[in-house]
Amino acid sequence: MRESFGSWARSGSPWVWLNAGAVAISVVMVIGLLVLIAARGLGHFWPASIMEAEVRSGDTTYHLVGEKVEVVSVPVEQVQSAGIELQSDKETVERYLIKTGNRDVYGSDFRWVLEPFVQEITYPENLIAVERREWGNFYGYLLALKEKGETVAVQAAGENSIWPEFEQRIERALNIHEEIYQIEKHDIGRINYTIERLRLKQRRLELDGKDSLSAIAEIDAERAVLNAEYEVLQKQLADLYVEANRDSFVAKAMNGSEIEVSLSKVVRAYQPNRMGVMEKMGFYGAKLWEFLSDEPREANTEGGIFPAIFGTVMMVILMSILVTPFGVIAAVYLREYAKQGFVTRMIRIAVNNLAGVPSIVYGVFGLGFFVYFLGGHVDEMFFPEALPAPTFGTPGLMWASLTLALLTVPVVIVATEEGLARIPRSVREGSLALGATKAETLWRVVLPMASPAMMTGVILAVARAAGEVAPLMLVGVVKLAPSLPLDGNYPFIHLDQKFMHLGFHIYDVGFQSPNVEAARPLVYATALLLVIVIALLNLSAIAIRNHLREKYKSLEM
Amino acid sequence: MEAQAEKTTTAAPVNAETVNTVTGSDMTETQNVTGTQDQPAAHETKSHSIDISSMNRGDGAALSLEQETTCLEVRNMDLYYGQKQALFDVNMTIPKQRVTAFIGPSGCGKSTLLRSLNRMNDLVDGCRITGEINMEGRNIYDKNVDVAELRRRVGMVFQKPNPFPKSIYENVAYGLRIQGINKKRVLDETVEWALKSAALWDEVKDRLHESALGMSGGQQQRLVIARTIAVKPEVLLLDEPASALDPISTLKIEELIYELKDKFTIAIVTHNMQQAARVSDYTAFMYMGNLIEFGNTDMLFTNPKEKKTEDYITGRYG
Repeated sequence: MRESFGSWARSGSPWVWLNAGAVAISVVMVIGLLVLIAARGLGHFWPASIMEAEVRSGDTTYHLVGEKVEVVSVPVEQVQSAGIELQSDKETVERYLIKTGNRDVYGSDFRWVLEPFVQEITYPENLIAVERREWGNFYGYLLALKEKGETVAVQAAGENSIWPEFEQRIERALNIHEEIYQIEKHDIGRINYTIERLRLKQRRLELDGKDSLSAIAEIDAERAVLNAEYEVLQKQLADLYVEANRDSFVAKAMNGSEIEVSLSKVVRAYQPNRMGVMEKMGFYGAKLWEFLSDEPREANTEGGIFPAIFGTVMMVILMSILVTPFGVIAAVYLREYAKQGFVTRMIRIAVNNLAGVPSIVYGVFGLGFFVYFLGGHVDEMFFPEALPAPTFGTPGLMWASLTLALLTVPVVIVATEEGLARIPRSVREGSLALGATKAETLWRVVLPMASPAMMTGVILAVARAAGEVAPLMLVGVVKLAPSLPLDGNYPFIHLDQKFMHLGFHIYDVGFQSPNVEAARPLVYATALLLVIVIALLNLSAIAIRNHLREKYKSLEM
Repeated sequence: MEAQAEKTTTAAPVNAETVNTVTGSDMTETQNVTGTQDQPAAHETKSHSIDISSMNRGDGAALSLEQETTCLEVRNMDLYYGQKQALFDVNMTIPKQRVTAFIGPSGCGKSTLLRSLNRMNDLVDGCRITGEINMEGRNIYDKNVDVAELRRRVGMVFQKPNPFPKSIYENVAYGLRIQGINKKRVLDETVEWALKSAALWDEVKDRLHESALGMSGGQQQRLVIARTIAVKPEVLLLDEPASALDPISTLKIEELIYELKDKFTIAIVTHNMQQAARVSDYTAFMYMGNLIEFGNTDMLFTNPKEKKTEDYITGRYG
């Protein structure tokens, strides 16, 4: 037996098993991670049934309406020691986390209830859930609809006769809201932006001493046109707001109080207990799409995260554009032109070590050097008219991209150097023997052949940069950016603007949010999305690399 | 040298017969093997010595270095790799529009000598050269010589085919594009001419824009030759051009060399003595970094002056 074990070990199969085991564990961990965040995150968008129940704990009894969000087991002892009277022969008792919504009525969205106290659970079909732009969800019974303060439709609690009318009026309110949004965000946004540029132009003229009367008059004339436009829009808006606030609905919350809410505050209303599976799936799709394409609401705990996706992708692309030439040029010099000696070796070691510097250090450097020093000087030289308000002297997209480019440049240098070293000597000699100079050989033969290696470097850089959060908090990421860094206003791409980022969004929603329970599923959903975005960025880079590799696949030596 | 050249005319047939008898090969059989061209396939003999008459080397008109125009002249050249001296006081002339072969055992410096003719050794760290190599009366190792221009005039083909990862067309057009020639008509014409000269046109004319890496080794090597002659160099240096190829491809390359020698001065390094005997007009034998003997190929193989040469071509070492 001993001998056979020995020979088994010598045969090498234990190592094969060990390696296979290690790979299997890695695969299981990756899949487990993805499944966990997917399950936790994606479940959030499913319209859960609303339950109605009586809760009797001790002497107090109250009515409960809400979604069951989470179930945990707690030891009976722990409950008893918390001063709650509970008779139970079991060791643990279930505790529900119920999302009751109606923050304006009860003060909080969630409450915990013990399973034994919950009685008479029902799921009435006519319960409604309303997503609102403020105060979170509302759960309860629809009682009446009002137009300009006058009741136009009534039903008793638990009936459903005015639901179609309600839906129609919501539809109308949503359309008006969309119009208001367009005007405020785009038309008025554009006018404000132009007026601001006019102000800066005038200030510039003053600084340069060219503020002749005619120039000022020209600017004033332009401003007058814009102001007139603004007045028109303002009036239009006022009308729309009146229209939007025309309708309201009255509903009964679970504690019996009746509240009236303007329809302009409603995002959507639905009756989850009435929905079939297909309807729920449709609803789920709509919610998911909203998450991907909409802007955040209510301190980022509701709505979508589109600006964060956009900011992340934009920042990564800018970073790639900055880091690739930088790293490639450095690598070409180190490998092709620099004399291979002590100094070059030291530089190479230093470059490799740069990759190991903690990212927050880069953040500090970026803030100190790029933002304050470079940005400050850029402002003094090019944007004196805006001072003391900084233009580039404040964290922004450009500095964030540059900082991350600096963070990832060692990766690109190392990968490119490897690629250059792999180009067969014979091909270089072939080119030189045809009368090409070294530079021509590099440009026409060596660099194209090394391009797959460069792409590998960029892939690694993208993978690292997209997941980086710590340095970004110092050089340009914010919790909520008022506008995207790319829009229709000249110069279209605003490198000086602050932006949102998925990684920071996760941190912010998960740990800086006033409403932790509401935010938790969003943390998982956002994390999943971040993983997907990074995977997509990587896959596209890999696709480019494979294409290049196919083109230059001569490297069998 | 003078004596040798004089002897060649009369002595060659006699010597050929002698060698023939020694190796015991059959004359008729040899002639049967001879193909349509005047290059026969490699003929195996029991001895390592060369049956020069079986090579059927054309008209048999005697060649003499004195009557040739000099293309490249190597004078008192020493070459060092770091501390180690690789070439010792080499003196020779490479005649114009002839094929000059370099033979010798491995490591004798024949490739090194060839590579110094277009300064490819500049790429080797620690390589140092004294003496001079003159081309049209000018030392190519002068400080103010444009190396790229020199290499344009002295092209080189390497041991292993090294096509660029580009299309066949772009490979041939590469040298022209380097010179800034981008006119499509000029490029088209030159590419066709070069490919025809390299006996490759018929095989690739329908797939000029496919990758050169899809070709066979022999085709790739001919493509590399086409690429080199496309820039119309004066000298063509071939560094064991057929050593990585199969016999058929080798034969084609040898035929090609025969075709090209009207237009170019060719210097070829080979470790295959039969090949040297088949393709070259002049042969240089090198040993341990020294040029031992240099002269008319017929003479060198049939009637070597030096003992070392004789030992080598009869297979006593190497």
